[in-house]
Amino acid sequence: MGMTVVEKILARASGLASVKVGDVVEPKVDLAMSHENAALVINQFQEVFQGTGITPKVWDPSRIAIIFDHRVPAESPKTATNHKKIRGFVAANGITKFHDVRGDVGGICHQILPEYGYVRPGFVVLGTDSHTTSHGALGAFSFGVGATEMASAWSLGIAVNIEVPATIKVVVNGEFPPYVGPKDLILHLIGKLTAQGANFKVLEFHGETIRKMSTSGRIAICNMSVEAGATSGIVPGDEETVRYLREEAGVLDAIPCVVPDADAQYVQTVEIDVSALAPQIACPHMVDNVKPIDQVIGTKVQQIVIGSCTNGRLDDLADAAAILRGRKVAEGTRMLVFPASSKIFAKALDMGYIHDFMRAGAVVMNSGCGPCLGVHEGALGDNEVALSTTNRNFKGRMGNPTGEVYLCSPVVAAASAITGVITDPRRKN
Amino acid sequence: MPKVIIKLENDISTDDIYPGRFMATVLPTETPQFAFFDRTEFNAQLKAKAFPAGSIIVGGENFGCGSSREQACSTLKGHEVAVVARSISRIFLQNSINLGLQVVICPSIEASEGDELEITADQVINRTTGRTFDQVKLPAARKGIMDAGGLIPYTRARLMAKKA
Repeated sequence: MGMTVVEKILARASGLASVKVGDVVEPKVDLAMSHENAALVINQFQEVFQGTGITPKVWDPSRIAIIFDHRVPAESPKTATNHKKIRGFVAANGITKFHDVRGDVGGICHQILPEYGYVRPGFVVLGTDSHTTSHGALGAFSFGVGATEMASAWSLGIAVNIEVPATIKVVVNGEFPPYVGPKDLILHLIGKLTAQGANFKVLEFHGETIRKMSTSGRIAICNMSVEAGATSGIVPGDEETVRYLREEAGVLDAIPCVVPDADAQYVQTVEIDVSALAPQIACPHMVDNVKPIDQVIGTKVQQIVIGSCTNGRLDDLADAAAILRGRKVAEGTRMLVFPASSKIFAKALDMGYIHDFMRAGAVVMNSGCGPCLGVHEGALGDNEVALSTTNRNFKGRMGNPTGEVYLCSPVVAAASAITGVITDPRRKN
Repeated sequence: MPKVIIKLENDISTDDIYPGRFMATVLPTETPQFAFFDRTEFNAQLKAKAFPAGSIIVGGENFGCGSSREQACSTLKGHEVAVVARSISRIFLQNSINLGLQVVICPSIEASEGDELEITADQVINRTTGRTFDQVKLPAARKGIMDAGGLIPYTRARLMAKKA
């Protein structure tokens, strides 16, 4: 019987000829990623070794990545002390894939991992962040875990007791209409599947739309696969994957891709034609509360956010800057931009996008998770409304339980910044 | 007999259980104070230890969706409550098993605040209404972790076995 991509990856990593849905395996971990919550991982890791007489030592420091992004620069002494503790651990254990609070190599973990070529097709990637699903964009089986599960992986080098997940095949065809793109596709899919429609399952993406999509767009759709509950989203590695890793990540060694067998078994197939898709909006307070934009046009917004691991890449900034160039952010609305990495920030400076944003009145912040999870900059005031290119709109998400968050693409966010209300970028104003 | 201390709706996110702004607090000994922080009254009751150990939170579908933050489990574990929900999001379920937080998947559960529930090996019995609901068995693969008392002792045993 044929295997899906994830089945092939898990078979290889577990030293088996084949696996099937429901099998329990213990795959070797190719990459283990954490951010600030490494502070908790370290705590749990040290607890594992207590009373064993074994000196705490990570299984392979070259396979651990730690990226500071959730609260950078530190918003509190507590965070700064967590950062300090992690730096000490990184140095003591010889962890090299470490990205500190820096303006040259810093950024959001889900951008840094692809950008530095840390993730390859066929890898098993664990991350202590639910949006670790992002790295399926490079053909890896990449999923989120808690801190204790990461501590176990740091100790043993394997993911223990992994049940081979069923896979939903998502086939996407057609050409995106103007001002419609990957973010609209994934929001549409989440609305269709619901927030738990893919719980314990993998979304495997196929079709001509996906084949033609840039790695940036693929990261956006895999990133948000978890919002349908998916263990992982995955785009089987192809020419674009190899191009990205060679040209943008500077990878020199061989890049073998893993593709599914023609007779692989899927639990469900979803077909989507994007040629008539409208811009999509996820409305408060659930990501699956998705509506075509015409149902929410005119909704007043106080804060626009462009950035995050979902939509803070160069093409996102370019699209938004093109709309804002020579225009002004509306009175009564504030706009925050946070590029996904320092490298992207620097390129956006070179391309003039940052100037476009600043002249329009937007505040451009350093790379990081920023307002997305409500712990750092950009909190909402009581009963304020945000329109954001980020990935979650749960109650309280942007730091205030009385606030409301709508999710959208970068072009919808940019067009709405000019008017101060949710605006369809397809209609010139 | 343990009582239902709160009945929650579908899609309770980890932001609801443990708001993101407290994520710099990581230690299981320190997280309980922030449980359901934005549900002010419930948070105050939890902190005042108004509920005996084993008290039950009843959730709907997709309980624990969202972030992988383990604080959402350690904060509940710290209050020694159990969760009975119609379905549970993958990462939250795994974190609960790893930390030893009692979670029960019960797709048809019907219970109101104040009801007395008995959790048996494969059912949940609502002693107040007299109705019985089947549990979905937790994944068999997780049994080893649960039997060991959580993922830390489980991993420790694996390490010792490797060393031997």
